[in-house]
Amino acid sequence: MKKKLGLATGVALVAALALAACSGTSTSPTKPVSATINIGSVYEPQNLDNTAGGGQGVTEALNGNVYEGLFRLTDSGKVQNLLASSYTKSSDGLTYTFTLRSGVTFHSGDKLTSKDVKYSIDKVTAADSQSARKSSLTVIKSIDTPDDATVVVHLSSRSISLPYNLSYVWIIDHSAKNLKTSEDGTGPYELGTWKHGSSLSLDRSSKYWGTPAKNAGVVFHYYSDATALNNALLTNAVDVVTSEQSPDALTQFTGNASYKVTDGKSTTKLLLAFNDKVAPFDKVEVRKAITSAIDNKKLLASIWGKYGTLIGSMVPPTDPWYENLTKVNPYDVTLAKKELAEAGYAKGFTFTLDTPNYDPHPAAAQIIKSDLAKVGITVKINIITPDTWYSKVYQAHDFEATMQEHVNDRDVVFYGNPDFYWGYDNPKVTAWVKEAEEAQTTAGQTALLKKVNTQIADDAASDWLYLYPQIVVASSKLSGYPVNGLNSQFYAYDIVKK
Amino acid sequence: MVSYLIRRFAFLVITLVLASIVLFVLLRLLPGDPANALLSVGATKEQIAAAREHVGENLPLVAQFFRWFGQLARLDLGTSYISGLPVGPEIVQRLVVTVPLTLMAFVLAVIIAVPVGFVAAYKSHRWYGILLSAISQLGIAVPVFWIGVLLVTLFALTLKVLPAGGFPQDDWADPGAALQSLALPVVTVALVMSASVTRYVRSAVLDVLDSDYLRSSRALGAGFAEAMWRHGLRNASVPVISILGIELATTFLGAVVVESVFALPGLGSMLLTSIAQHDYPDIQGVLFVSTFVVLVVGFLADFVQRLVDPRLRASVNGNRFASGRRRAARA
Repeated sequence: MKKKLGLATGVALVAALALAACSGTSTSPTKPVSATINIGSVYEPQNLDNTAGGGQGVTEALNGNVYEGLFRLTDSGKVQNLLASSYTKSSDGLTYTFTLRSGVTFHSGDKLTSKDVKYSIDKVTAADSQSARKSSLTVIKSIDTPDDATVVVHLSSRSISLPYNLSYVWIIDHSAKNLKTSEDGTGPYELGTWKHGSSLSLDRSSKYWGTPAKNAGVVFHYYSDATALNNALLTNAVDVVTSEQSPDALTQFTGNASYKVTDGKSTTKLLLAFNDKVAPFDKVEVRKAITSAIDNKKLLASIWGKYGTLIGSMVPPTDPWYENLTKVNPYDVTLAKKELAEAGYAKGFTFTLDTPNYDPHPAAAQIIKSDLAKVGITVKINIITPDTWYSKVYQAHDFEATMQEHVNDRDVVFYGNPDFYWGYDNPKVTAWVKEAEEAQTTAGQTALLKKVNTQIADDAASDWLYLYPQIVVASSKLSGYPVNGLNSQFYAYDIVKK
Repeated sequence: MVSYLIRRFAFLVITLVLASIVLFVLLRLLPGDPANALLSVGATKEQIAAAREHVGENLPLVAQFFRWFGQLARLDLGTSYISGLPVGPEIVQRLVVTVPLTLMAFVLAVIIAVPVGFVAAYKSHRWYGILLSAISQLGIAVPVFWIGVLLVTLFALTLKVLPAGGFPQDDWADPGAALQSLALPVVTVALVMSASVTRYVRSAVLDVLDSDYLRSSRALGAGFAEAMWRHGLRNASVPVISILGIELATTFLGAVVVESVFALPGLGSMLLTSIAQHDYPDIQGVLFVSTFVVLVVGFLADFVQRLVDPRLRASVNGNRFASGRRRAARA
């Protein structure tokens, strides 16, 4: 009896597994490679419209793949003509005339005209737009479309970043509907199926105006768990991971000939942001003291090991106005104590650090707490959800200090806005940011934004703890994938699998 | 039986109406703003106001409730604030994963738990009876994700015979691929579920083994197997069925952990994402459908119990037993 029962149980268990496995496995490494590339990511689009809160995921999947702009931001950070074949700028810098590339059609078959460009820009600047680029495009006063191939943009003030900002404006067919769940772009891929919560497939478009994609299509597979994502790569269920989030897991791939680990350039900065309007953070000396009391090198190493970069201010190396400013507020506990004494806080003080509840913030907060304890500052860590962060910190400015990752490139200009959540208000910086945007030349713009970057470091407006690494892990059979992923974009059209 | 079914149906409808009210109110008591998920760092005050209008947060609560309730009455679960996808079809898409996962795990758990629980009770003084009992106790304490990780390490990463996670893009178009994707999650859930069901089976069988009627049946000449089959198992199954009903309902929603470990696009992961985003139409839809499923499973468990146990039919459904006896007396 006992043997039979034990056997029956064992057989049931083994049979269930064997039955499922018997037809062979789609994840077996011996399976012949196909022309479809499987991409693993943790950033699923919230919806497919980048003016309706689609989030980081929609940029990754659709930007440059399904939708194109008048300009393209290359993986190395350069702005190139894309749907605009050329453009001219008036001598006062207030009028831009764009000539559209001929022979471009949307996936629906409609021809690209100036009307679509006007519609697409208006969509970003519309009252209900959630586009992150909306405020930078409010400089646009009006748009004329004298003929199908010409778009004339009139500005209220000079805007040297206009071509760059337009690289984020997807050109959409003006007659398209339901853009949250479908698409009508001009890119090398058409949307296949979006299975919410799981995957999104893109098929190579036969109507593409330019060089066709080198693969038949790509499927983005989405994972909420970093371990599950890495397992998918280890079992060949995905060919590449767009952005490795689990530094501990990297050892599985480094030193393994089947995988390539690329340490690219990122634009994501981890900030310890002070509320510069409330005491004691309204004192420059206090902010400088905290910046000098935290060992950013140790912090970075404990979270990312040998990856990541210290930059000392807000500007990442891919921005044209980058300078290494790590020496402005060096790690120096003695200096920190001296600065605290000068500010009248020789015995330290206590503050609450509003810390987002997801990695790496809680771990980083603990390190900050122990470093600051050495100069007499007591940190109360308050773990909050992203939702609370947005309401409490971003909207209500109800905080003393917080941590946040800022993902965009060229976002040092936020320091020119005195109403921004961190409350940094230096009239010189505000003026320089404005002047930089209205500069005649990129050299002039670069010089001014370098001044901004140095000034905010001198003022320790925030503590820029480190720049994230951008680690792409791929099967060694794969080539042609982007390694920098600026602003989370991931151009898939050049990827080939041997 | 017909009046019983009508009563149960009325109970189901009233419970669902009450559940819709409770769900709506409880969700609004949670801290958080559904507009935030649409917004990014850099958003202007104007954009924040537009997002709040988009998610309907500018409307009074009563108006929001009646809008939702009106949709429900038309069997429409609304449209997600965030994804723009209709909630009903999205839930159906998730059920394609969650229902097979739950049912297969349930069946496998019963296949494991019933014989193991029986042996653990029948041989409760032997070393292997004690061992089985101890293993089931341990099984209850083991977290489900840990079993999932172990199975992935063994079958996906080491032996490479099953996928580590995910579900086919075309769902069940290739049943073999879909079954492969569900194999490890099913076994994970089944192992955990079988541990607790084993405890209940063991305890129910122990009660039966101790019972007077079994002893009487044996005394009247029935062999152990016959006595057990005719009297013992039927009695032991009554408490186990009600527990199975609860286990099935718990697994249905509790699959969220295993869905995360195995990257399965099921109902649990939809609930988790929508809660993080405060996507009220999605959360309300999932919880409403789950409430419905739990009530139906409860009803089925109750119904099966009544089939198995005549005492329940007698107590709820008039004096059928008594009248039966009267007929017998007259005859």
